[in-house]
Amino acid sequence: MKKLLVLSTALTAVSFAAQADVTVMSWGGAYTKSQVEAYHKPFTAATGINVISVDSDNPAPQVKTQVEAGNVSIDVADVEYADAIRLCDEGMLEPIGMDALPAGADGTPAADDFLPGAVTDCAVSTIVFSTVYGYDNTKFTGDKPTTMADFFDTTKFPGKRGMRKGAKANLEMALMADGVPAADVYAKLGTPEGVDEAFAKLDTIKKDVIWWEAGAQPPQLLADGEVAMTTAYNGRLFSAAVSEGKPFTTVWDGQVYEYDLFVIPKGAPNKDQALEFVKFATSTQALADQAKWISYGPARKSSGALVGMFNDGKTEMGPYMPTSAENLKNALASSYEFWVDHDGELNDRFNSWLAAN
Amino acid sequence: MADLAADQGELLKTSDGRPLKEALAQAQSKAKWRAFMLVLPLLSFILITFAWPIAQVLHQSVYNPRFSENMPQIGEWFRTHPNGTEPDEAAYTALVNDLVSAGAARTVAVAGERVNYEMPGTRSLFTKAGRDAKKLEPPFKDSLVALDKDWGSPELWGVMRRVSSAYTGDFYLAAIDLERDANGAIRQVPENERVYVNLFVRTFVLSAAITVICLIIGFPVAFLLSSLPMRYSSLLMIMVLLPFWTSLLVRTTAWMVLLQSQGVINSILVWTGIISDDQRLVMINNLMGSVIAMTHILLPFMILPLFSVMKPIPPSYVRAARSLGATSWTAFRRVYLPQTIPGIGAGGLLVFILSVGYYITPALVGGASGQLISNLIAFHVTKSNNWSLAAALATILLASILLLYWLYDKLVGIDKLKLG
Repeated sequence: MKKLLVLSTALTAVSFAAQADVTVMSWGGAYTKSQVEAYHKPFTAATGINVISVDSDNPAPQVKTQVEAGNVSIDVADVEYADAIRLCDEGMLEPIGMDALPAGADGTPAADDFLPGAVTDCAVSTIVFSTVYGYDNTKFTGDKPTTMADFFDTTKFPGKRGMRKGAKANLEMALMADGVPAADVYAKLGTPEGVDEAFAKLDTIKKDVIWWEAGAQPPQLLADGEVAMTTAYNGRLFSAAVSEGKPFTTVWDGQVYEYDLFVIPKGAPNKDQALEFVKFATSTQALADQAKWISYGPARKSSGALVGMFNDGKTEMGPYMPTSAENLKNALASSYEFWVDHDGELNDRFNSWLAAN
Repeated sequence: MADLAADQGELLKTSDGRPLKEALAQAQSKAKWRAFMLVLPLLSFILITFAWPIAQVLHQSVYNPRFSENMPQIGEWFRTHPNGTEPDEAAYTALVNDLVSAGAARTVAVAGERVNYEMPGTRSLFTKAGRDAKKLEPPFKDSLVALDKDWGSPELWGVMRRVSSAYTGDFYLAAIDLERDANGAIRQVPENERVYVNLFVRTFVLSAAITVICLIIGFPVAFLLSSLPMRYSSLLMIMVLLPFWTSLLVRTTAWMVLLQSQGVINSILVWTGIISDDQRLVMINNLMGSVIAMTHILLPFMILPLFSVMKPIPPSYVRAARSLGATSWTAFRRVYLPQTIPGIGAGGLLVFILSVGYYITPALVGGASGQLISNLIAFHVTKSNNWSLAAALATILLASILLLYWLYDKLVGIDKLKLG
């Protein structure tokens, strides 16, 4: 009887704790690890609220699915900009807003501290990430690829390519490789001819492409020697190169960068704790700490000054950030306006292009 | 003769005078009731977990209330005005009212998305109007068109009329690469957007190919299993069953390790000098990867029914045929093979049906050319969130399987199916 009592008390304690846990869905791999180190652990230490981390190839559709089905298990999700806008438009997210957010560590109000556009009605940016391409040094002994055009040039740089299975970023990169200046990419992609041009460019390497879906796959493809070059999220390439010492080089020419944001799905089971988590994770210190673990730029200006060395204690993070001046020479800011509107249509076209032989 | 007629007229009765038939039915009804109660758990399980979800999928494939629920007033206008009516001020007023209320309820994008399925690029038209509609002044026709000239487009109004009814067959059209033009006439979608018919064909052809390969590989194995002495055959049986019991994901991943260009098979070939380093075979992330991995995974489903049919065939039949002068080929073709037909049918049907719905293996090893229709269904369920289209695709797949089953019944007879 006593045993039973102890057991049931323990179970109650466990289920009570489970009640207040915050479930955070993110993209897995090195990225989730950086969040666990910089956000989750300090948050649990500060508040006693446990954080459960769930991985996904892209959390946004799952937020939508869960909210539509009326069965929400995620408290916080990490999504791309266009998805954050879209989900918010459709009433699938809890409003957060600038007023809820704390001022920067240096006292700057949140509205001035966050980079322009980094906070929307329902979403708060954590980092700036970029889709770039990287290659395996050992595969190219002579000339090294340096431009986006080189990625699409399989004569000059033979070998398989890895690309994300989807329209986003690939179409932009195809146009830039075709000589369209970054500033004109979305204007061009808004026309049927521009879309045709992008797909025509993709056609030139279609037979050499291996398609990836999860962010952790491209460094693996490079490491396995399955591809000679692959597009990837810049932080993943960085982690493989710096933490694991792989011979990978990142090419910043033609990078497509954007914000990654935290959102709270409508009907999240632990909404209050979720909001506390978002406030904590997007504070100056947490964002700066994340840069110790992965090369993504913090979305707060006040964090910039605190970014120092990588956790190995010898790698300066600056040159690896998508936002460093050197890397922004020929770079494209991903347009959420464009993707909010054209995502469905261009992905349909992409699927059909992919299925055609 | 007369006696017989009298017998028929007079019903048999029990000793207490009730008709026998009635008494029997009463006695049996209790037993029937009890039997029914015994199967009730299974029946309700099947209804709840199988029949009901399928019914829901069928319903979802023709029912999409995203627009109609959120834009009720304009829906009412469409119902009261026949097709072809030029939208008047009353129509625009209804539309603006809907936009205002949907904008406030944050559902305007939901309605817009439904229109966006039919007419790409219109989603932001709705979200923008949802934000600004409350500021519009009458006459609404002019002010809404001034906000964006697309609001005057006849094509948009045609689409809105169609989506204003929650019940629609449009998703079935989309699922076979058809669409409606501005007048509602059905036409094929532009060539560079066609995808589903191709994938249906690929799925069925690939499944048939895998079934045939499984039969060719599985038949001799099943024959060996059934004819070897016990101690060898049980060893062989373990070798068939062991992969069968291994997780699907593990087996698929194992094939990735084996087949990739830096993988085990290629490395051995290069090491033995059969191919040079730059000639490594491409066996994964394409159709071939799908075929190899799926054949391996589905093979036991062919071998086991074949084995169960072959085991009881007495070897004396073939010996008798041989002693009567048949060649070994004739004896096999006319005596042995016909007796294995129920097993071939069962195995073939199992492998084919399973491979038509295969999803995870092609997703992992199929690359672009090895994708099947179920991968697109998964895409619409988990990525694009167009559940109605996913439901329509799934329904077509289900219907074609039922058709196949019916064909099989007509040609071979389902009573000849033997699963073990």
